[in-house]
Amino acid sequence: MLEIKNLKKSFGSRQILNGVNFTVNDGQILCIVGPSGAGKTTLLRCITGLESADSGEFLIDGAVFDPQGMEASDAVMGVVFQDFNLFPHLSVLENVTLAPEMVLKESKKVAEKVGRELLAELGLQGKSDLYPYQLSGGQKQRVAIARALAMKPKILCYDEPTSALDPQLRDEVADLLLKLKEQGMTQLVVTHDMDFAEKIADKLLKVTALDQKG
Amino acid sequence: MSLNYISEILPSLLDGTKLTLSLFFWTLIGSLPLGILVSIGLIGKFKPLKWILDLYVWLMRGTPLLLQLIFVFYGLPIIGIVFPRYEAAVFAFILNYGAYFAEIFRGGFQSIDPGQYEGAKVLRLSYSQTLRKIVIPQVVKIVIPSIGNEVINLVKDSSLVYVIGLGDLLRAGNVATARDVTLVPLLMVGVIYLILIGICTFLLRKVENRYSYYK
Repeated sequence: MLEIKNLKKSFGSRQILNGVNFTVNDGQILCIVGPSGAGKTTLLRCITGLESADSGEFLIDGAVFDPQGMEASDAVMGVVFQDFNLFPHLSVLENVTLAPEMVLKESKKVAEKVGRELLAELGLQGKSDLYPYQLSGGQKQRVAIARALAMKPKILCYDEPTSALDPQLRDEVADLLLKLKEQGMTQLVVTHDMDFAEKIADKLLKVTALDQKG
Repeated sequence: MSLNYISEILPSLLDGTKLTLSLFFWTLIGSLPLGILVSIGLIGKFKPLKWILDLYVWLMRGTPLLLQLIFVFYGLPIIGIVFPRYEAAVFAFILNYGAYFAEIFRGGFQSIDPGQYEGAKVLRLSYSQTLRKIVIPQVVKIVIPSIGNEVINLVKDSSLVYVIGLGDLLRAGNVATARDVTLVPLLMVGVIYLILIGICTFLLRKVENRYSYYK
């Protein structure tokens, strides 16, 4: 279970997040929704340690953790970026195995075996030796998911998973997330797409822009 | 222009070429790593180091290489630092070219999408792992054309060592021309430079092709 308590974040004098609270149970999908500029992505960046929160408490299974100070060994969060941020100079398989080898110190053999299994599960069999530029947007996203899953995260986070893709692919992404949910993955999804959110979410968290309220 | 004369002076020109090439290789071996290290300092967050490195780059790019050569070989002995001729030349060239390479690499580092660092960070790669495995390989591809330009310049710049009395290719040609009152040696020097640069260009294109496996 992931609990976030009283998370606050400002950029200079502009307050973005004013005491956000939520919990996500294991195996649930939480969708963070709201208009653009409301701070959804900032919220996700604070939880994943890409941005430092001004204050707030982060608990996983009741134990406090610091998203910024996470050790290599406790790969708690996986992140799937809006533009995927795949490594263009590495093949699909190398994208997936790099961190398990470098960070988890898995042997090349084990990492590649796990990597190929993940890629096959995500419908990317036969793509291992291609480079990211040779893939479609949807395929890139699935490589990004495989790359994140290879680190065995407890929680998988997505930033706008539908926005860089063709609208027809929206349902495919929804099915994929629901399939991962079935396998017990806890997922946080930032999206501005309400239809998409309602389709997959167990829980919705609405974020509203603070400076538009006043 | 007799073939006899050409074969007569060729050995001395090739001797000069040897010195030109050895200066070329040692300069590259020293200045490329130096350039990478300096550029990592230039993009780093530690300000005092950045100021020192900025000053270094400014000095090296802001003064003529010829002045730097003269300074190292004729100037430094005045304060008790004596380099033999050849070592003085290598030292000055490495420092000078290191600065140019540093600026090229800095530009390369800054053109890497910040998303690459974030992608590596959420995978828990350390900063040095990120540089080694993610950033530097991509920087290399970006900087190859600019580095190639400098490499070609270096072949020709090496002729500046003439001024501190080293027997490089240009000097060998000049000596023969003055002695035999003929333009042939200088023409031959030109041809040898053209061949050297033709080889460099060919090799650089090979390296570029090696990195064209991704976009």
